[in-house]
Amino acid sequence: MDSLISAASVIAAGLSVGLAAIGPGIGQGQAASSAVEAIARQPETENSVRGTLLLSLAFMEALTIYGLVVALSVLFANPFTS
Amino acid sequence: MYLFNLTNPSLLLSNGVSVGVHYYWDIAGISVHGQVFIVIWFVIALLLIFSFLGTSKLERIPTKLQSFTENLIGYTSSIAKDQIGESLYRPWIPFISTLFLFILICNWSGALIPWKFLELPEGELAAPTNDINTTIALSLLVSIFYFSGGLRKKGIGYFKRYVRPTPILLPINILEDFTKPLSLSFRLFGNILADELTVNVLTILVPLVIPLPIMVLGLFASTVQALIFSTLAAAYIAEAVE
Repeated sequence: MDSLISAASVIAAGLSVGLAAIGPGIGQGQAASSAVEAIARQPETENSVRGTLLLSLAFMEALTIYGLVVALSVLFANPFTS
Repeated sequence: MYLFNLTNPSLLLSNGVSVGVHYYWDIAGISVHGQVFIVIWFVIALLLIFSFLGTSKLERIPTKLQSFTENLIGYTSSIAKDQIGESLYRPWIPFISTLFLFILICNWSGALIPWKFLELPEGELAAPTNDINTTIALSLLVSIFYFSGGLRKKGIGYFKRYVRPTPILLPINILEDFTKPLSLSFRLFGNILADELTVNVLTILVPLVIPLPIMVLGLFASTVQALIFSTLAAAYIAEAVE
């Protein structure tokens, strides 16, 4: 059973980070595109748009980080190995 | 290629990258991670010395250090003011500023200071926020603060907010009390640990110039994470006291 658990953990870790990066990737791209469009339309709002953009990007990044945390805990603190 | 010891969950690659190896101290029967304490004491000393020097001998025409300190505290109090609102934000300035500065200096000291010169018997010195215990402690602090702030301002009436705007949302509001500290801690922990692991592995592969862009990205990302943590803390406090 031990090699089965190890194999499953490796696959789970890889899938976890890989799939978790899809959604936030799309979302961050859309946020950045709207921000660039807003700056192009009104160049004097650049500073506040940039600040809001960075804040929103960090929130979306957190969702990928949750996937990374699951992968790290499966690899380094696996509850199913004795 | 690697040693995977199943009784002690940590990973030690043959070339030196190690995750989960800690320098354990046994204090009064509790095992603590010593390497985290050492760097945190260093960060605390740095912050205390800086604030002491920055606020001594204040003059009307400020010296460079004094105006830098004024700008810094102005920035952190504007974080508090934007989230909490003009009339209620002043008591919270010390807490938000401490969170921001502590997390910022912790992350930067992990990235900028060459800790490798000091060898520990076990584990290595790095940013204290790469340990989940540190970040969970910080987010539990935020939880305690917004709870006590809300209770102190509204008394028992604080619990009415669990049934706003409709009572159907009661389980979600209760769940939010648990997910707020969880997401705060994991966001900070994941960002800092991921950056450190990336730099470690890149340095093993190509030690010379290639890790530098990742290190700069790590500096930038860790600054943003300190800002996010303190902004979110202020937002949670604002939710509780408004």
